[in-house]
Amino acid sequence: MEFQSRQMKWQQGALVALRFLIGWHMLYEGLYKLIHPEWSALAFLANAQGFLSGIAGWIVSSPGVLNTVDALNTWGLIAIGLGLVLGLFTRGAALAGCALLLLYYLFNPPFITSAPGASVEGNYLLVSKTLIEAVVLLYIAVTPLSSRFGLDMLRKKYHA
Amino acid sequence: MTKENGSGIDRRDMLKTLAGIPILGALGIQLFRKSAYDDKHNIQQEIVRELGLEDLMNAIRPVTHQQGDLIRLGIAGFGMRGPQLAQALGFLEKSSFEKTVVDGSLDAQIREGNLNVAITGICDVFDLHAELALATAAHDIHTGGEFASAHPVKRFRYYHDMLADPNIDAIIIATPDHHHAQMTIDAIQAGKHVYCEKSLIHREEEIYATYGAVKNSSLVFQLGHQYPQTAAFQVANEILKRRWLGKISHVETTTNRNSPNGAWIRHVDNEGKTKPGDAQSIDWKQWLGKAPEVPFSIQRFYSWARYFDYDTGLFGQLFSHEFDAVNQLLHMGIPKTAFSSGGQYTYKEFGDMPDVLHTTFEYPNKELTLTYSANLTSSKARGRTLYGQDAAMTVGGTLSVVPDGSSEQFADLLERGLISPDSPMMEMLEGSRTASVVDAVSSATAQYYATRGLTSTSIGGQEWDVTHLHLKEWLDCIRNGGTPSSNIEKAFEEGVVIAMADISYRENCRTEWDPEARRIKRI
Repeated sequence: MEFQSRQMKWQQGALVALRFLIGWHMLYEGLYKLIHPEWSALAFLANAQGFLSGIAGWIVSSPGVLNTVDALNTWGLIAIGLGLVLGLFTRGAALAGCALLLLYYLFNPPFITSAPGASVEGNYLLVSKTLIEAVVLLYIAVTPLSSRFGLDMLRKKYHA
Repeated sequence: MTKENGSGIDRRDMLKTLAGIPILGALGIQLFRKSAYDDKHNIQQEIVRELGLEDLMNAIRPVTHQQGDLIRLGIAGFGMRGPQLAQALGFLEKSSFEKTVVDGSLDAQIREGNLNVAITGICDVFDLHAELALATAAHDIHTGGEFASAHPVKRFRYYHDMLADPNIDAIIIATPDHHHAQMTIDAIQAGKHVYCEKSLIHREEEIYATYGAVKNSSLVFQLGHQYPQTAAFQVANEILKRRWLGKISHVETTTNRNSPNGAWIRHVDNEGKTKPGDAQSIDWKQWLGKAPEVPFSIQRFYSWARYFDYDTGLFGQLFSHEFDAVNQLLHMGIPKTAFSSGGQYTYKEFGDMPDVLHTTFEYPNKELTLTYSANLTSSKARGRTLYGQDAAMTVGGTLSVVPDGSSEQFADLLERGLISPDSPMMEMLEGSRTASVVDAVSSATAQYYATRGLTSTSIGGQEWDVTHLHLKEWLDCIRNGGTPSSNIEKAFEEGVVIAMADISYRENCRTEWDPEARRIKRI
């Protein structure tokens, strides 16, 4: 019993640490884009490969659409990051983060035919860090323990 | 998922719920520290600081809107340049106007910036051109106004009659070059202000007569060089004031084009058909003027720039723009000597113009050499470059300054790796709309003019037709006094320089300017 409880504590701690780290990462990505208004997804989308490259081309072709996508991306990252760090609406934030990361992955998947990108660190074949981060967020979303150490506890208490 | 005991939240749980807050705080602190670090180590910002780039663009004069009394214009010559000048003034024949509305090619600023002028006189020896001119003058394209219709336009068969008309205040000359000087003199003597297309002169003697006539009058003269109106020119001027380039010993001007149209073979259209016009519809005798009498020739009529009987060729057509651009920046004036050489190696059946031409001008007193290198059989782009010991500046529709690896002025910045001789330390990419757009619509020749800063410029976030601005400067000076940028002093210097180069080529000799006698010597 004691062993089980200790094991659960470790599991819970590791999971919450994952949540904090990914939250930090996504929040900083969002804030970076916010304080560097010259940042744009233009280069990323212009180099898009795979079956979403058509959509990427459409986004890039219109400054209005590109600006909207940039703003959505920036504020989306900030909202998801805050949710994960604070543990507020953790499940929703994790699911949204997972979807966003999958989108990044699908815009530029490391296919067999893909050239090693100059802007990408490391070398990948089908599996990339983005994909792994997306699946970790999926794991966080489907594991109730991850909401521990967060404002969700408070939210749920009051709603109870 | 959690067991609720219904008794609220204890202190321990409360701390747990707020576990994210210190992480958020830590991120905030790190973000702040990183931003501060980045600011301090931002190379771009440091270059801006070191070179004082913050206020460099203040050198660009905003375009002012001055309204004044109506000025009534007469246009002599309505071939190729005439319609462009009329459009820059806000007049465009109806069907062409409708086309520009569809393809969006008309400069919006021309429609907005009403110069308060009317074209009341037209003179062209070719009926077709004269009719186009009448239709153009009657179609005012300014937004919200049918202004021109109140001022009827009249066609004159002879330009002397147009000069005698009291309903005309000023004359625009866009005829072939061999008429420019005489028409300018006659117009000034008739009391009209003059805007004359380049080149002002065809032969040396004309320079002195034209200069005398304009200097002895109080009328406003402007030569048709629109380059000083560009944003790139104004910034280049500021860069020279700041002495970034150091000592300049060589200025290189160039022309590279590679098409029959670019070589002024213009009597056939794109489909190879001969353009309209014959001895009945063209007053050939008046067109020839003082030039040697020859039977009517459609080739000479359209491709006149290739014949030394009517023009100085590349010197008058394109070197004139190059010289004006550099002379407006460096004010180096007339050289001591000039030597030209070249040959007609490709377009041999058409007139006298060489396809490859080089001229060297020496300014020993200013320790400077100016070179002009032209090639009409290659369109490999070459710029207009001022070579200094500290940096080289290439200036046209765009501008770039590349530091010299051996510069003393920039030694510190080079050593710190902030700037490098491999790339520009300052670049102005905006400026010319056509130059930046590689499209199939504009011709190679139009691209050439754009890269030299002769078509449009960007000022205050708006694209301006530079010819519109150059005409505006002339009109502003007529109304309010002042001297336009391409004034008679600059035109005189340019005329002498063109004549020196032209004589050197045609007579196969070196030429020297005698400043005492104010005449060109063959040596």
